[in-house]
Amino acid sequence: MREVYRKEEQEQRLQLEQIVTDLTLPINKTYPSFKIWVGFLLLLIAVGVAMYVQQLIYGLSVTDMRDIASWGLYISDFVFLIAVSLVGSLITAILKLSNVKWTTPLTRIAEVIAVAAVVGALTIIVVDMGRPDRLWHIFVYGRIQSPIVWDIIVVNTYLVISLLLLYLPMIPDIALLRQRMNNKPKWQQKTYQILSMGWQGTDEQFKILERSINVLIVLIVPVALAIHTVTSWLFATTLRPGWDSTIFGPYFVSGAFMVGAAAVILLMFIVRIRYNYAKYITDYHFDMMAKLLVLTSLVYLYFNINEYLVPAYKMKTLDGEHINGLFFGHFSSMFWFVQIAGMVIPIFLMIFKPFRKPKAVLVISIFVIIGAFLKRFLIVTPTMLHPFLPVQNYPESYHHYTPTIPESLIVVGSFAGVALVITLFLKVFPIIPIWETAHEKGISNGIIKNSCK
Amino acid sequence: MKESEKDQSRRKFIRNLGALGLGSLAFSSIIGGSCSPKKSELASGKTVKLLTNNNELVEVDSAYISTLNKNLSSNHNSESRKGLPGKKFVLVVDLAKCQNARKCMDKCQSVHQLRPDQHHLNVLVMKESENTAPYYMPKQCQHCDNPPCVKVCPVDATFKRSDGIVLIDNERCIGCRFCIAACPYSARSFNWYEPIDAEKYKDVPYDIEKNVPQKKGTVTKCTFSADCLREGKLPYCVSACPNGVYYFGNIYEDSVTNGTSGETVSFRKLVEENGGYRLMDDLGTAPSVYYLPPKNRAAVPKEENSHV
Repeated sequence: MREVYRKEEQEQRLQLEQIVTDLTLPINKTYPSFKIWVGFLLLLIAVGVAMYVQQLIYGLSVTDMRDIASWGLYISDFVFLIAVSLVGSLITAILKLSNVKWTTPLTRIAEVIAVAAVVGALTIIVVDMGRPDRLWHIFVYGRIQSPIVWDIIVVNTYLVISLLLLYLPMIPDIALLRQRMNNKPKWQQKTYQILSMGWQGTDEQFKILERSINVLIVLIVPVALAIHTVTSWLFATTLRPGWDSTIFGPYFVSGAFMVGAAAVILLMFIVRIRYNYAKYITDYHFDMMAKLLVLTSLVYLYFNINEYLVPAYKMKTLDGEHINGLFFGHFSSMFWFVQIAGMVIPIFLMIFKPFRKPKAVLVISIFVIIGAFLKRFLIVTPTMLHPFLPVQNYPESYHHYTPTIPESLIVVGSFAGVALVITLFLKVFPIIPIWETAHEKGISNGIIKNSCK
Repeated sequence: MKESEKDQSRRKFIRNLGALGLGSLAFSSIIGGSCSPKKSELASGKTVKLLTNNNELVEVDSAYISTLNKNLSSNHNSESRKGLPGKKFVLVVDLAKCQNARKCMDKCQSVHQLRPDQHHLNVLVMKESENTAPYYMPKQCQHCDNPPCVKVCPVDATFKRSDGIVLIDNERCIGCRFCIAACPYSARSFNWYEPIDAEKYKDVPYDIEKNVPQKKGTVTKCTFSADCLREGKLPYCVSACPNGVYYFGNIYEDSVTNGTSGETVSFRKLVEENGGYRLMDDLGTAPSVYYLPPKNRAAVPKEENSHV
């Protein structure tokens, strides 16, 4: 009897070793392509920063924004990144609260996307400011009646909770790294030392950890809904045709879940290919994520029908002009690309099982992400270009908005920044939770605990 | 890169232009600090009685009077946030009289040190539908009583005074441009570039009621010429109009004065008898600007109809 038990324990221990070796692979092994990738991202960021310096010197005149289209690519980028960040709460909180089990290897992927995207959003909104040197005015003179102040409050709250939701479940893993990563540079070892917070893996510690995570996942749901609802209110609280809509909150939230799910699929795919994680991120996970993407896209489709077809039925003067512009006017090709290639076709294709295979889902997700970005542009720009009163006595260029090279490069830089945060995270922390994976494979807590000591 | 070169040369051109024309006009009005452009003519013959510090009454030729420094009080700008007591300003625009002379626009742009593509005041050609005749409509900030711009400002940089005027503190503004997005009248302008003659005005103290000198990266708009009102004068645009389009006054006193003829009439009567209305009143913004309907639409030349 004892023999059998011993043997089982031995097997579990070996299994755990395998998991640890696999999941710390990105930390232990630096591929040459990794260095090239980081160098490439740094270059893009450097170009973005250089363009921003130019903007600081010459003012926002380096952009194509002017008095008519006074919001443009930066605000679109902000809304897009906030949207992407919502997926953290969807995967780690909403699905977990619904007792969904298959998301375990995806939680950290979702949460790191959330944190990186919020950081990117906060950066780009400062870039959009005419007077970034007066950022402190918001804290000194802030007025609670302004939706911008609500946004600042909820976005920062979301960032804090997301960071905690990224960090807390990682503590046992960090403790494990503290023991194992003795060949790493001193700063890295020290980081593990501090961040593991004296984790010993006792039952009591696990209990506290679990309870804290449960509190956080309940807390993050309303905050997550709030960040995108309030972001939609930056538009919906104005009187402009195209923005003056009562469904903007849920419309934005559902769109955010859609693009976020696509972003998770993209990162899942990259991680799986790069580090041979097919064992951990299986075809089943892609299948389930694809189904989730179909579900979120269907909800978004429903809101799109409400948002466009109801005003299109009535054709009230200014709403009608707005709808006409989108359906048949200057922005029509972009609009139909977004609606069809970025939403309808993905939904249709992913209903069929072959299109829920990893590669197919990846291609579809890329279309969804591109569509989602253009969609944000379509929400911001056409409405700005068509105010209530006629645009007269301005230079001809004021009637159009085409982002300039500097502002486009700054936005590219913001994406590179988001990608860099995720890349560097991958290099220091395991992207797939170790102890949760081990736990799921039936390895007992005792063995996991011992491996941390 | 080409884009910015173009901007550069445009800026240079504008700077030169400014130094020659607009700039000198604006500069002289800064030094003089008066709302009347013709103050340098000597010995007008008209005398003005003044009370000196020693309680003596003296008589001086009006041409020799000039304000030394408008910002004598150091808390002038905090005073400017309150508004003039017992006043609620109102502007009436008689569209039937507007012939697109654009004197108001020119005056406004030079006084507020604006670039040619910036408008506090914009004369629009309006046309309701295909078969109706077009008309000219001067449009400035409507100084709404329910101002969408003030609501959304995150730092209280734009604010509503007790006398109805909506102003911007460009030393407070963070340049988020939410107010521009919120304004249904497109009344606001942003300083995308370094303002014209920024170098020249860099030591001039900021006047919140005139919103000059302009600052790069901040929003600017019509101030109802709050600086003139403080001195008991009519706004710049109102007195610049050659066609008697503008009436300006205090709604509490029910009196408005025509900027061209100087005639003072009852505000209520003027608006009621002529079918006055407010722009997009259904939005609930409650503007302080009233329009009298464009009865005489023959004034608009044919070729201007095309770009409506």
